[in-house]
Amino acid sequence: MIPGVLREAKARDGEHIVYVARERLLETMRWLKETPDQAFDYLVDVTAVEYRDRERPLEVVYFLRSLSRKVDIRVKVELDAADELAVDSVWSLWHGADWLEREVFDMFGITFTGHPDLRRILMWETYAEGNPLRKSFPLRGRFSRAEQVRQALNANPEAHYSLEELSIADAGGDLPEDMRERLKRGERGTIPEPGSRE
Amino acid sequence: MSKRTLELELATPGVDAQGHATRVPLTAPVEPDLGGEHLLVNIGPQHPATHGVLRLVVELDGETVLRCIPHVGYLHSGFEKLGEYRHYNQIIPLTDRTDYLSPMSNNVGFALAAEKLMGIEITPRCTVLRVIACEMSRIISHMVWLGTTSIDLGAFTPFLWAFQQRERIYDLQEMWTGARLTTSLTRVGGLMADIPDAFVGKLREFTQTFPKTLDEIDRVLTRNAVWAGRTQGVGALTAAEAINYSLSGPMLRASGVPYDLRKDKPYLGYETYDFDVIVGEHGDVYDRYLVRLEECYQSNKILQQALDRLPDGPINVDDPKVILPSKTRAMSDMEAMIFHFKQVMEGVKAPVGEAYVGIENPKGELGNYLVSDGTAKPVRWRIRPPSFINLSALPKMAEGHLLSDLIAINASVDIVMGEVDR
Repeated sequence: MIPGVLREAKARDGEHIVYVARERLLETMRWLKETPDQAFDYLVDVTAVEYRDRERPLEVVYFLRSLSRKVDIRVKVELDAADELAVDSVWSLWHGADWLEREVFDMFGITFTGHPDLRRILMWETYAEGNPLRKSFPLRGRFSRAEQVRQALNANPEAHYSLEELSIADAGGDLPEDMRERLKRGERGTIPEPGSRE
Repeated sequence: MSKRTLELELATPGVDAQGHATRVPLTAPVEPDLGGEHLLVNIGPQHPATHGVLRLVVELDGETVLRCIPHVGYLHSGFEKLGEYRHYNQIIPLTDRTDYLSPMSNNVGFALAAEKLMGIEITPRCTVLRVIACEMSRIISHMVWLGTTSIDLGAFTPFLWAFQQRERIYDLQEMWTGARLTTSLTRVGGLMADIPDAFVGKLREFTQTFPKTLDEIDRVLTRNAVWAGRTQGVGALTAAEAINYSLSGPMLRASGVPYDLRKDKPYLGYETYDFDVIVGEHGDVYDRYLVRLEECYQSNKILQQALDRLPDGPINVDDPKVILPSKTRAMSDMEAMIFHFKQVMEGVKAPVGEAYVGIENPKGELGNYLVSDGTAKPVRWRIRPPSFINLSALPKMAEGHLLSDLIAINASVDIVMGEVDR
């Protein structure tokens, strides 16, 4: 019996779906990965689903596979849209979850607690229109095309770098004067001290 | 069979200061420490060696990569969002544009997922034709990879040879679908067209002559000291790391994991074809090259078997609710016209539920995950992008290598930005 399972279902492709309580996700995943007769050692995909029916909760879907047993399983966590959208990150179990979780964060606004580097990935860091794959997000985006162009043209060169990246150039004294001026105003936060990362 | 007997010979002839003939080793001497002053280098997004609009921000100590931070998303088109507003058959043209180096197998991957969701069994002729489409895609995708990677590493000739062969497959694609790149080959429940009469002969001629080019590429690269020196031991990942990073396709197999969806989760009757799963042992750039090169031979073998067994019969399922009637019938038969109208206006409705189908694309496992709420448009269409996930291991692979090796490692991932960014 898989720990933390709320209920089970069968998908139309015959795969086994288990619904897990949000608090026990990491425990369940670790059990699935490390129990010898389960051995789900491979994370195929992480994604999320929001239904057109607003009453239904959002689902975060994990596709797991055991390479040795050649079996798949689908683990789902349900999140109420009115509630805080957050689950534990499975990065500590599978490093492949790194970009996959970042994409879900970017597209759905779901936070993965414990992820080492949770930034937007497909959209840029300063993107302000929301989370594109949410049903409340209009197909053409929130801003007009003119506004999007205006923002793109007004972006400073340093907007293309994260503050952590800028700290590398700052330590070498390679940043141009005007860039340094703008950064000193602190609109994007402060540049971390070089070497502060582990 | 191991082709790795080259390590000891990795040297190039030269002369020393006294003019005596000597052999200069191709390995780089250790860089002096520059006292902790690091350099930030930006590569891309417009750079020929990043294979598309990939941008890499690299922290360098001298010439050694300390950290590599990839930035993706410059080609983001929101295909998954667009899919939620389209009928299942209308999504197929979007799949062409994700991995545009192997459009036909993307079409097949999506159609298989939609058919799984709707519970449709395709006809035997359609199954074999889809295998042909998938393997043709694998060959052209690997040819592009070989060509561009060899250019990245300074070899121009294999690029021309590889692209000539790719051109021949493109001609075949054009013959079959009318398009060279945006093929939109499949429909839910079948194909957009049967192959023309001359197709089988042309493809058979291709399968007979293509291995000669592979042999030539093999001769010019595999035992080439420069090629081996640039690729052996570069960007190596162990089997455990490759699994942990969710790598798939040639990247996973080069690290020594014999996992191939065609064997381990067979679709389209792949279990009935005779071919080998190619596995590397070191997981470096060189082994990825060997795996892809050998996979071309195997694909060629599958193509020949598929041509031998190609059955006659219809290509589409016999279900007027799923397949459009022929134009003649739609214009002359009342019932056919109604089915035509309903399919075009309302689309094909899928039952409530979800389905995931992963297929072995040239770049790795391409997954299509469809969730339906009973309407003709999916609630969610998720593409599991193989090169996106393979690329996520780039920072790990590049760490500690030289900047020039970063180009080789990035090339070895075989990314296509249309799919990474979707």
